[in-house]
Amino acid sequence: MAYRPMLEIVALEKRFGSNTVLKNIDLKVAGGELVFVIGPSGSGKSTMLRCCNRLEEPTSGDIILDGRNIMSGTSRDLNRMRLQVGMVFQGFHLYPHMSVLKNVTLAQRKALKRSKPDADARAMDMLERVGLAHKANAYPAELSGGQQQRVAIARALALDPKVMLFDEPTSALDPELVGSVLKVMKDLKSKGMTMLVVSHEMAFARETADRVVFMDGGVVVEEGKPEEIFGAPKAERTRTFLSRVSS
Amino acid sequence: MDRFLDTFFNPVVMAKYAPDVIGGMGVTLTIAAAVIFAGIGLGLALACLRAYGLTILNFFIICYADIFRSLPPLVLILILYFGFPSIGIRLSGPMVLFVVLSLTLAAFAEEIFWAGFSSVEKGQWEAGIATGLGFTRTLAYVALPQAVRLAMPPLVNRVLAITKMTALGSAIGVAEILSTSTTAQSFSGSATPLTLSVIAYLVIFLPMVVFARWLERNSAWKSR
Repeated sequence: MAYRPMLEIVALEKRFGSNTVLKNIDLKVAGGELVFVIGPSGSGKSTMLRCCNRLEEPTSGDIILDGRNIMSGTSRDLNRMRLQVGMVFQGFHLYPHMSVLKNVTLAQRKALKRSKPDADARAMDMLERVGLAHKANAYPAELSGGQQQRVAIARALALDPKVMLFDEPTSALDPELVGSVLKVMKDLKSKGMTMLVVSHEMAFARETADRVVFMDGGVVVEEGKPEEIFGAPKAERTRTFLSRVSS
Repeated sequence: MDRFLDTFFNPVVMAKYAPDVIGGMGVTLTIAAAVIFAGIGLGLALACLRAYGLTILNFFIICYADIFRSLPPLVLILILYFGFPSIGIRLSGPMVLFVVLSLTLAAFAEEIFWAGFSSVEKGQWEAGIATGLGFTRTLAYVALPQAVRLAMPPLVNRVLAITKMTALGSAIGVAEILSTSTTAQSFSGSATPLTLSVIAYLVIFLPMVVFARWLERNSAWKSR
């Protein structure tokens, strides 16, 4: 793979008080690559993801997005960087007081300063892409979990991010709704989006991930192609974890 | 029965003093409107400032809210009206009433809005911040509308409680409803003007109470 990383995590460390949750993490995600992060709960994988747009402030280390370090610069620079990093949460976090369309246009209008027609058009394109254009005027409370998560993906995509971060995007969904969200993610991947995904969907990882990273106790234990990690894990901890989740 | 009617519903007295009490209604309404506007505005501004989480500033906001929620407004009214002229600050009766009630309402409103902000899910803030809105715009567009909505029912109740306190103006001669009624009562020697004040208060506040009830029923998130 030609290495011009789109997202690069360098020597990332995160402490909460005396508790070190991330130790010296290095990770590179190439443009168009889908990197899957797995690991037991408490392994620090979500914290790592949240450090990538500084929702969680790293204790030390660097996060380099397309050649620019998001750890330096003013708060205005940081907001501009955040526009380029789409984030999808486990709990969707759609704005309940706004229609689906407004949810997708808010940051376009207020942060990107797009005109209303431009923002609306872009939002409709993205809603179309996640199969929910017909719900543009609905309110989040009227949608299923799967639909809400797809709107959340559209909300992030509408800002034309360079990288998409997914923090357990399907963990809060009923099993029958998971497929619709994974389908959208697969479609994104096929269109060349760079993605860093924390998830327990092992079958999906096997099928679509370019690389799988196994984290435990705040460190990257092992990384490799899905067939390597799932087929022949080298580390004992990886084997134990995989046998426990029995993918 | 006749005696009761004559005492509380004497038509002659009613006709004679109704204009005064109606004038008092105007004063009550004006001060109440000004108090609601200023009190809610200041309370909301303080709650928004508090959301920034600046330790020293928040200390002062909390002190202010706690002190003004503890003190009976009448005490402050008397201090401002009778005490402050001695230190060279001379405020008119209506102004004293306005200042004290606004500050009291603002203290309660700040706490109510703050409770609203605290009930907005952390994820809402994160969603706003992650989409590059930054803290201030997330506050304005994401958290504030939700906080205001949550705050509405308790806020309307508090607004009612405080605006009724315009009657305290009678202690410092503000010509509001109660004041005009008690004056009329002593001139006429009849309790009928007090009946007029009851009617006047009901005309002003009953619709607000009904509105508060309606708000409480309709405060859940709906489709539109």
